[in-house]
Amino acid sequence: MALSGLFLVFFLGQHATINLSSVISPETFNSWSHFMGYNPVVQYILQPILIAGVIVHFVMGIVLELQNRKARNVRYAQYKGGANAPWVSRNMILTGLVVLAFLGLHFYDFWVPEMAYKYIEANPEDPTRYHHELVEKFLSPARVGIYVVSFVLLALHLWHGFASSFQSMGVNNKYSPAIRNFTRLYAIVVPLIFIFIALYHHFNHTH
Amino acid sequence: MKLLLKIWRQKNNDSKGKLVEYPISGIEGDMSFLEMLDVLNQELIEKGEEPVVFDHDCREGICGSCSLQINGEPHGPDRLITTCQLHMRKFNDGDTIVIEPFRATAFPVIKDLMIDRSAFDRIQQAGGYISVNTSGNTVDANAIPVEKDKADASFNAATCIGCGACVAACKNASAMLFTSAKVSQFALLPQGQVEAAERVQNMVRQMDLEGFGNCTNTGACEVECPKGISLENIARMNREYLTASARG
Repeated sequence: MALSGLFLVFFLGQHATINLSSVISPETFNSWSHFMGYNPVVQYILQPILIAGVIVHFVMGIVLELQNRKARNVRYAQYKGGANAPWVSRNMILTGLVVLAFLGLHFYDFWVPEMAYKYIEANPEDPTRYHHELVEKFLSPARVGIYVVSFVLLALHLWHGFASSFQSMGVNNKYSPAIRNFTRLYAIVVPLIFIFIALYHHFNHTH
Repeated sequence: MKLLLKIWRQKNNDSKGKLVEYPISGIEGDMSFLEMLDVLNQELIEKGEEPVVFDHDCREGICGSCSLQINGEPHGPDRLITTCQLHMRKFNDGDTIVIEPFRATAFPVIKDLMIDRSAFDRIQQAGGYISVNTSGNTVDANAIPVEKDKADASFNAATCIGCGACVAACKNASAMLFTSAKVSQFALLPQGQVEAAERVQNMVRQMDLEGFGNCTNTGACEVECPKGISLENIARMNREYLTASARG
């Protein structure tokens, strides 16, 4: 969980960086997106690794949750979980499943059309199409709403998960408070970037 | 003080249990929680009813026998104490108190509030020892120099009394804090190095075999531990385990 989680956290950072360029410069966004879409190392090595990372992370998460439920066959009549552990740490499966459902929508929105465009329809390369494709997706207020809520849930997931992955890998030392601060800052800033991008394109396009 | 107790009654592990209500009065704030249960049991005996079975031994917080989930928290609402050290002044007149056994599949109920924690014994037996010749020429442990901070950390880990509050508090019923304390107390000392790799692997394997859940780092165990065993021990055990596994 920890290793696949850290890998996905790293990926989120680079995804947010590329997407942020769509707000600053459409040309830069198009050029970076084209590179990511057609570079063979990205397409045939990094992309399968990323998909494998996502699958490993959520399958392991669900398996661990099932094992954990089995470990307490009789539930407490009264269980005061909030007295000793934060809500986010006790509800990783909930926030994780929301993020997973969001990934389904996200793949349907961007990844599936992209794969169809390149590999099924075999369209010619067009390095200028990415920015307007992105902006069109954020015209729908419903979609923007779902994205915003999902990223709030992602922030909650990262708030616990990023710091927790260090503990799972045995890192608990004098640097841990600094690591915790960094991971919590990251957990807020990265989802906020995604939320900002979705809102920016929505309001910039319609107004 | 008048209280309404809702106590888990269960004949044995094969039968279904349920919460039974017992109104009780005349409870003093200076009584311990177990003394309050003694009062209840005396009343039940006098009425010809079966007393409530619960674990207890030293009644001074060092044996790890008492094991009650009180109002949803192991050892009750106070911190760094066991149930026997919990005073009734922590409750108010008229309160309802729900009392259940520590719940985990690996801790089956024997009767009422008493549970079988022999899973912890088996985890310790899997690796909680060091190789010392005890034939009469045993070297005094104090003859081996140990860094102060490591000696202190080892001692702190060794203060775990194996009560099971960590398992009871954890939403996953994980025994990682207990197992890591038992691993750490040896892993930090020179005498523990001989079986270090084997120890952590065997104890973790036994922990999994017993059916405890996985650690998701909620930290509930550390908060509820009556001896303040730190999550650092879990990180240390994870390091030891990863290193031992990498070496084969």
